[in-house]
Amino acid sequence: MHLIATGNKGVAEAVLQAQPDVVAAYPITPQTEIVEQIAAFISEKRLDCQYIPVESEHSAMAACIGASATGARTFTATSSHGLLYMHEMLHWAAGARVPVVMANVNRALGPGWNVWAEHTDAFSQRDTGWLQVFASTVQEVYDTMLMAFRIAEDEKVLLPMMVNLDGFSLSHTMQPMEKIETGTFIPPFSLPHAIDTLHPVAYGPLTGPDEYFRFRADMERSMRSSRLVIRDTEAEFARLFGRTYRETEEYQVEDADVLLVAMGTFGKEAEVAVDKLRKEGIKAGSLRVRWFRPFPRLDLAGRDIVVIDRGYSFGFGGVLSMSIRATSRAEPYSVIAGLGGQEVTYHDMADFVRDRKPGKEYWFGVKDDV
Amino acid sequence: MTEIPKEEFILKCTSACAGCSSSLSLRYVLKAAGPETVLVIPACCTSVIQGVYPRTALRVPVYNIAFAAAAACASGMSASYQKKGMKMNVIVYAGDGGTVDIGLQALSGAFERETHFLHICYDNEAYGNTGMQRSGSTPLGAITSTTPSGKIHPKKDIDQIVEAHRPPYMATACSAYPLDLFQKVKTALSIEGSKFIHLLSPCPPGWRYPTEKSIEVGKLAVKTGAWILWEREHGSLRISGPSRAAMKTPLPLEEYLKIQGRFQAITLEQVQELQHSITRTMERIRCELEKPCT
Repeated sequence: MHLIATGNKGVAEAVLQAQPDVVAAYPITPQTEIVEQIAAFISEKRLDCQYIPVESEHSAMAACIGASATGARTFTATSSHGLLYMHEMLHWAAGARVPVVMANVNRALGPGWNVWAEHTDAFSQRDTGWLQVFASTVQEVYDTMLMAFRIAEDEKVLLPMMVNLDGFSLSHTMQPMEKIETGTFIPPFSLPHAIDTLHPVAYGPLTGPDEYFRFRADMERSMRSSRLVIRDTEAEFARLFGRTYRETEEYQVEDADVLLVAMGTFGKEAEVAVDKLRKEGIKAGSLRVRWFRPFPRLDLAGRDIVVIDRGYSFGFGGVLSMSIRATSRAEPYSVIAGLGGQEVTYHDMADFVRDRKPGKEYWFGVKDDV
Repeated sequence: MTEIPKEEFILKCTSACAGCSSSLSLRYVLKAAGPETVLVIPACCTSVIQGVYPRTALRVPVYNIAFAAAAACASGMSASYQKKGMKMNVIVYAGDGGTVDIGLQALSGAFERETHFLHICYDNEAYGNTGMQRSGSTPLGAITSTTPSGKIHPKKDIDQIVEAHRPPYMATACSAYPLDLFQKVKTALSIEGSKFIHLLSPCPPGWRYPTEKSIEVGKLAVKTGAWILWEREHGSLRISGPSRAAMKTPLPLEEYLKIQGRFQAITLEQVQELQHSITRTMERIRCELEKPCT
């Protein structure tokens, strides 16, 4: 079925089809529509699900952890400060190996108050043990949400997963979207270590260094094996439903002399910039990084690249740019742009490519040097 | 007389301190709850008492969760069991920090949502697990490691805060009266909705008295009226047996204070203020019992 939907609607429609048992959520702009829509599905009896209207995001994640530990499929959605308020529980969810699925609508952080898109909220959760993926279209939001339950709940993964979508430019933007009949694509959820009173154990008690270390190593083992699960799930999705997703999305890359690298909606805008540059005779291509954790294995050594970063690690650099530098031995031109919802058009992106200075950093729109 | 089951759910060789009354109470809580129980434990003494991985001293599933999150975690479990149509006792066993301070927001949210669970606050009136720092539940005049000359603020009245949520059942209890506790847990678990038991847990190292005196200290708390045992079912208040005599003729408060080293720096004014607080609470209770709420 084809419809015109916002990114938020895309999330809610996918959640409806995944049929979670428990949703615990707290409102925050620009995420609120997601949980409102889910509450409406429940009220209309289209979704048989326990909705917990918690008093904070910290409690939202704690409730999801508690529910998931009993073997329930769980979902929550948040954004910005809500995600930061959950931070402690994000670590807990990953460490407890409960595959909570969450939509995070990327938004800037205060002060000052700013509800517009930025990736710092998600980047700040980099080391929590969550799988993180960034979508660029409403269709991709919907498709990725469907895949998220299957990936996170896979026995070889059993880690929580966050689907990121840019605030307003995706959460509130209407685009065509095809709803699919998922059939058996999302299998029933069965948590191997679910709470069972017939086999009482202690979850997360005092743990000595040796065992603790093994648990952490096991998380990384699962994070690594998630690459294969992600690849298989995306391949199966393509086979069944005809849309192909990979850890990165490439556009005109093969013969390109210069690559624009970005995440989220900027990654799509970059494709338009590539078309513009090619008309001018500049052989550009674009590479959209879809998966942030696990971070893709990129082969960009020696390539001329311009990385557009929508999040910054103060005292270090653009988060995507530094990640690429670390994993690809590349010397990108690092452009910091779009913080706090700053508008960045494909014309601007074409300028970044024309004016690039490999190895340098540039803050777009800032008159003085940073 | 109520028969207390012989079956034990807390095994020997816990990591509790000698004379620990919160582990004694947990023994009776679990006897009352039985095997179809999940315990939710935020950071507190019971995080330690339950034992070290891969062993556990408890014969029911124990879910450890972050300090502020116990009641919220229980909300998720309770919702899931409701969805599954399973009957399960979801019990939070939290200290005073995890209830009246850092855990208060989650507790309030869970009670406002009428979550089906039981929250037990075992109150040793300080952050015991980290070495007895002051909490919101520490009484006036008590020495803790962060109030070395005695606390200058009174104890937070968590019971009135919880009562403001109009729960179907709430009660106080004390580890020195295990039968009373056992019956209250039984009653609480038989009622739908959010239930609260506030359990005074004398703590030998924290309150600075010899380990063999935990029961004596608990009894003195009740006999002096420093701790009043009551239960409130659907709004209606009842004084529990052990507190009936104390409500009429309490022992002098000094009997309770002098046995504990933590009150060695308490001033005369502070003792009077504590005594006034007890008198006021008793008056309020008597007033309510004479003119029950309609």
